[in-house]
Amino acid sequence: MVILKDLPAEELFLPGHRHCSGCGASMAARMALKASGKEVVVTNATGCLEVASTIYPYSSWMVPWVHTAFENAAATASGIEAAFKAMARRGGRSRVPPIISFAGDGGTFDIGMQSLSGALERGHHMLYICYDNEAYMNTGIQRSGSTPHGAATTTSHAGTKLPGKPEWKKDLIGISISHGIEYAATASVAYWNDYMTKVKKALEVKGPSVIHVLAPCPRGWRHEPADTVKIARLATQTLYFPIYEFERGAYRLNVKVPNPLPVEDFLRTQGRFSHLFKPEFSSEIQKIQDWVNANWARILNLCGETKT
Amino acid sequence: MQKIVGLTGDEAVAYAAKQSSVDVVAAYPITPQTVIVEQFAQYVANGEVHTEFVCVESEHSALSACIGASLTGARVFTATASQGLALMHEMLYIASSLRCPIVMAVANRALSAPINIYADHSDMMGSRDSGWIQVYAEDAQEAYDWTLQAFDIAEKDNVMLPVSVNLDGFTISHSMEGISVLEDDAARKFLPPRPISYIVDPDRPITIGAGNNPEYYFEFKRQQEDALRRSSKAVLETARKFGAISGRKYGVLDTYGLEDADVAMVGLGSCMGTVIEAARRLRKKGAKVGAIKLWLYRPFPERELLRTLEGLKSLVVLDRSCSFGAPNGALCSDILSTLYSTNLKLKISNVIYGLGGRDMTVPMIEAIYRRALRQKKQPLKRDVRFVGVRE
Ligand SMILES: Cc1ncc(C[n+]2csc(CCOP(=O)(O)OP(=O)(O)O)c2C)c(N)n1
Repeated sequence: MVILKDLPAEELFLPGHRHCSGCGASMAARMALKASGKEVVVTNATGCLEVASTIYPYSSWMVPWVHTAFENAAATASGIEAAFKAMARRGGRSRVPPIISFAGDGGTFDIGMQSLSGALERGHHMLYICYDNEAYMNTGIQRSGSTPHGAATTTSHAGTKLPGKPEWKKDLIGISISHGIEYAATASVAYWNDYMTKVKKALEVKGPSVIHVLAPCPRGWRHEPADTVKIARLATQTLYFPIYEFERGAYRLNVKVPNPLPVEDFLRTQGRFSHLFKPEFSSEIQKIQDWVNANWARILNLCGETKT
Repeated sequence: MQKIVGLTGDEAVAYAAKQSSVDVVAAYPITPQTVIVEQFAQYVANGEVHTEFVCVESEHSALSACIGASLTGARVFTATASQGLALMHEMLYIASSLRCPIVMAVANRALSAPINIYADHSDMMGSRDSGWIQVYAEDAQEAYDWTLQAFDIAEKDNVMLPVSVNLDGFTISHSMEGISVLEDDAARKFLPPRPISYIVDPDRPITIGAGNNPEYYFEFKRQQEDALRRSSKAVLETARKFGAISGRKYGVLDTYGLEDADVAMVGLGSCMGTVIEAARRLRKKGAKVGAIKLWLYRPFPERELLRTLEGLKSLVVLDRSCSFGAPNGALCSDILSTLYSTNLKLKISNVIYGLGGRDMTVPMIEAIYRRALRQKKQPLKRDVRFVGVRE
C-alpha cells in the first residue's frame, strides 16, 4: 500500500485550474499522476476534467495530454499506443510509455462505452480511469447510465410523480471484466492510498486495465464543497459504493466495512436525494437499501468473503 | 523503372499505402472501401510492412485512433466510404484542426437512405468544409499516384493537414486496370519514412486539444484556413516532384481541348474519363468542346480554374451529389462564387448526375454538350438539371 511519505512532492496536475472547490474529479486526476509519475501519456474525454484543467492558454497538465472528443478517450489512446509501437520498429523510443485515459461517467458508461469496449477487446496497454460523479456535470447535471436510482438531475427531475431517476446504475466493473482483462478495480477519492496503489498496480499490468473511482461533485450532488471526501467515505461505509478489485481471475475486497451504516445516512447528505425524504417517496429509500444489500452480497460472494 | 501490374482501384491504393512506410493504420470495413483494408491487413500478416494495424470497432474510433497516432508523430493511413465517413464527421474536423497529416482514401459511395453501395460524391461533399485537402482520382492509376503524393503534401511543415484521396466506388475501387507502379526504392526515395520526432512526448510534455473560449478560438480557425489555402502550392510542388520520378504529370486540374473550345464541362472523378471520350467524339465532328477535370477540390483551385475559363462561352458543371435545397450542386456553387468577382461572362449550367451509381454514358454527355452549344443566352432562372433520372 502506498504511504504518504512515498509520494512525490512534485505536482503533475497543477493548481490554478477552474475546477469547483471540492471537485472530486480533479482530486482523482491529481492522485493518479502522483502514483504514475511523469513517464506517462494522458488522454482525456470531453467533460469537466478536460474543460476546467485546460482553458487555453493555460494547462494543469505536466505530462503529455491529448483531448480530441467526448466518446473516444480509449480509441485515441489506442492510436497513441500503436504509434509508439510502430515507431519503435523503425528506430524510435523503445519504451512505450504507459497511457492513462480519463473519462467521466457519461464518457464511459454511455457515449464512450463502445470505444472503451473496443479498446479493452483489442488489449492495448492502457489504464482507463472513469471518474464517476454520477451525472453529466459539465453540461449541467444530466442523468447518465451511472446516476443512481432516485437521484434528481436536470433530465431526471424529482417531480410530483417521478422520484428522480427511475433506473439503476450500470455495473462498469462487471462489463469491463467480461472483456477478459487482467485488472479492474473500484476506488474512491476518500481512500487515497488504496486508489493510488491501484493506479500503480494497474500500470504494471500487461494490456488494458480499468479503475472506476468515485468522485463526488458538490454542485451536482448538492453538498458543501468541504464535504466531498466525507461523503465519498460515507458511500463506502453505507455499502453504496464497495471498494474491491479484480486481479487475474481473483476478486478482493479492499475496504472492509465491519459496521455498515444505513444508506439513508449517505442519501441524507445530498440535495439530489432530498425529495426521497418526503412522505410520497419514502418507499424509495427502502428500494435503494435493498439494491445496496443485494449488490453488497454479490460482491462479498465474488470476493469470497462471508461477512464484514 | 516501373512495372505494370493489374490492380483494382482499392488494391492500387493499398499498394501505394504499403510503399508509403505507414506506421499506423486504423480502419473499419465498409463497401466499397473494404478491399483496401483487407489487402493492407494481408501485408501486415505477411510481415511486408512494419505497420501497427489497429482493427477498431467503428469509423469514429478509426479516425480517433488515427488522430492519436498522428499526434504522436506516426505516419497514418485509413480508408472509408459513405456511412463510415458520415460516422467520422465529428472527428474529421478534429483531425484537421489538430493539424494531423493523416491520409484517408474515400471510396465514394452514396449516403443512406435508401441504403445504396454505389458511387456518388454525397459522402465527401457532406464533409467538404471539414478542413481536409480533397483530391479526386479519375481511375485506379490516379488513385495510386495520389495516395503516394498525399503523404508528401500532408506532412509538409507548412501544411500539416489531412488529405482525402477520393475514388469512385466500384467504377474505380473495383475495376481492374493495368497500373504503372513505382519500384519500392523509387517510392521510398520520393517518400521517405516520416522523420522520427515525437509530439506526444513524456520528455517534453505539451497539452493538445485544450478548451478554447472566444478570446482565442477564432485565431486558430483563421490560421487553419490560411494553411489550407496555402496547401495548393504544396500540391503543385509535390506534383512536380512526383512527375520527375514517375513521368506522370499532375497538378490541381487537367484540361482537354480548351485551346479552341466554346463549351466545356467541368467535374470530378471517374466520370471525367467518359466526358473526355464524348468530347473527343464531338470534336471529330467539328464541335468546339472541351473538359476540365479537377483533381483538387479543397482548397478550391480558383486561380487555376479561372485561367482555364478564359475564352469559353459556356460551362457545364457536373455535380455527383445533391445539395438538398441549395441553389446549385456543391461544385457549381463554388464555381459561381469564384466567377462572381471576375468579369468573365460565360453561361453556366449545372447537371446533377449519377446518384447512387446511376451510369453516365457517352451519349448522355454528348447530349449535354449539344444542348450547351445550342444555348444562346443564360436563362434568367437557375439552370440546374437532373440528368439520367426518371422524372
Ligand atoms: C458528441 C458529443 N455529445 C455531447 C457533448 C456535450 N457534452 C460535453 S461534456 C458532456 C457531459 C460529460 O459528462 P461526464 O462524462 O459524466 O463528465 P463530467 O462532465 O461529469 O466530468 C456532454 C454531454 C459533446 N461534447 N460531444
